[in-house]
Amino acid sequence: MYKESFLMAWASLVANKMRSILTMLGIIIGVAAVIALVSIGNGVKQDIQNSISSLGSNLLMVMPGAPRTPGVRPTAGSMKSLKVADYEAIAKLDGVKAVSPMTNGTYVVIYQNKNWTTSVSGVNANYLDVNNWTMKSGRFLSNKNIQNRERVAVIGKTVAKNLFGDEDPVGAEIRVKNIPFRVIGVLNSKGSGAMGNDQDDMVIIPYTTAMERVDGIDYLRMLYVVAKDENGIDRLQSDIENLLRVRHGIKDTNLDDFNIQNMNSIMETMEETTGTLTLFLGAVAAISLVVGGIGIMNIMLVSVTERTREIGIRKALGATYFVIVTQFLIEAVVISLMGGLIGIALGIGASKLISLASGMSTVISVPTIVLSFAFSMAIGLVFGIYPARKAAKLNPIDALHYE
Amino acid sequence: MNNSVIDIQGITKTYVNGKLKVPVLHGIDLQVQKGDFVSIMGPSGSGKSTFMNILGCLDRPTSGSYRLNGNEVANLSDDELAYVRNKEIGFVFQSFNLLTKLTALENVALPMVYAGVDKKTRTARAEALLSSVGLGDRMDHLPAELSGGQRQRVAIARALANDPAIIMADEPTGNLDSKSTIDVMNIVRGLYDEGRTIILVTHEPDIATYASRNVVLRDGYIVEDKQNLNMTPVQEVTHV
Repeated sequence: MYKESFLMAWASLVANKMRSILTMLGIIIGVAAVIALVSIGNGVKQDIQNSISSLGSNLLMVMPGAPRTPGVRPTAGSMKSLKVADYEAIAKLDGVKAVSPMTNGTYVVIYQNKNWTTSVSGVNANYLDVNNWTMKSGRFLSNKNIQNRERVAVIGKTVAKNLFGDEDPVGAEIRVKNIPFRVIGVLNSKGSGAMGNDQDDMVIIPYTTAMERVDGIDYLRMLYVVAKDENGIDRLQSDIENLLRVRHGIKDTNLDDFNIQNMNSIMETMEETTGTLTLFLGAVAAISLVVGGIGIMNIMLVSVTERTREIGIRKALGATYFVIVTQFLIEAVVISLMGGLIGIALGIGASKLISLASGMSTVISVPTIVLSFAFSMAIGLVFGIYPARKAAKLNPIDALHYE
Repeated sequence: MNNSVIDIQGITKTYVNGKLKVPVLHGIDLQVQKGDFVSIMGPSGSGKSTFMNILGCLDRPTSGSYRLNGNEVANLSDDELAYVRNKEIGFVFQSFNLLTKLTALENVALPMVYAGVDKKTRTARAEALLSSVGLGDRMDHLPAELSGGQRQRVAIARALANDPAIIMADEPTGNLDSKSTIDVMNIVRGLYDEGRTIILVTHEPDIATYASRNVVLRDGYIVEDKQNLNMTPVQEVTHV
């Protein structure tokens, strides 16, 4: 009996291809839209979280800050208050695992007849670990390189590609501001940063060399401080604040000429932002699901209602209530199931395509798939069966005379 | 006890349209013996179709008793009525009521699907039935590809699918030209000759002459019920 019902339902679906496809389309679009949209939201969220957490959550960034005095207030980070002596003092504090100073400038870098404008950072030997970088080839700056203010450089992947192409950069000589540097290593790629900047587009040299020979400055742009453990990070932050106030002779905390950023607080802020984004995309997805649901509802209601006469004929020929409801149930299940599966395939395909085409990463979430699938299934079933049930309960003659 | 196939006592039917009650049948008594060929005549609005739908178990009476083969129909459940429509009564409609998406063969086989006949048997029987009504070469056509007369012959073949003892036809020739009418009535006459009980609703006196008994309905009452001793025999049709 079930086999017959199934065959009959299938025959009816095939005989009414257009109606079946249109009904499925509602489900397909609803499910696919939800899966694709949520995967974009999750992808953005994951990107941002990854790039922040790749810096490590026990990281503090000390920057020279704008003084809070009346008058012209220069941009944060533009002050010259952070000195090498401050860096050395902070490095001696308890609870500090590693410190890396950083200077920064944008210069034209030349290799033979090729040039590339990029960011040139002066750092110390700790920088590699502090920022979770790894070497692709060669080695990183050594303490000796730093002490002796040597003219050696480590380059990022983007710089290597643009200056050297397929050549091995290690051992080659590049010129920064016309000063020759020997390339001793190439960094592994890190990809785009949280703000979409290319993190591989940079040249790293000893900070001592950078300050004296390249930038010609006697202050640091920034200090990266890594705490020994995550729990001690707040205490370390206040220790650094106190130390710098003493060293800079600041009595009023409102007049601090530095600014300390904690990765945890940055992460929290970013999470709030991405949470809003996911919520927004989720809302759009929910709307498309509801709209898709209404579409399914409409087509199911109309197509089953217009078949009231068919139901009347079937009843007149001896079909029982159960047989008719079974047939329509199977039709609705097949349509919803096929539509749902095609929708899932299309949604996953679309999200892969988006990530391929735009470089955005997309993360497909299983709960979303399950939820959207279940939702469209439920709507398809309810509105496929409800009118059929109503028609199957009529006297055959009433169903036959239905207009 | 009488041995009537159909035994109707005091059947009434009243349609309720909002607050308005429209009585259509006012109390009909009718006994039909096995092998009878009864025509039910009457002008439009006389209630003959309503009466026919009740006879065919497509509708239920408002009051009165309808015994089919001795069983009180009012006591049957919906599923038992479906069984009766499937096995005991073959119904032919004026508007054919074929399923438009199914071929002639599938339409004829449908009642056998509901009867649980296996596919091989029911296909063979449907083919035989279609051949017997002269449509052996039209089995894979959809109803839309058939003429009115051919559709009605498909409908008759379908009514015979489960070999019912009673055939009910509601104006089977109402939508047909005269040649198709003769075709269809010849087939109906053949069914009578096979010993089936036939009830035929019509408003054409010519058609009624095929029957062995003529019942006339007017305004919801039976006003005439007489034997027809001069039944029209099978007619010669010149097929072009």
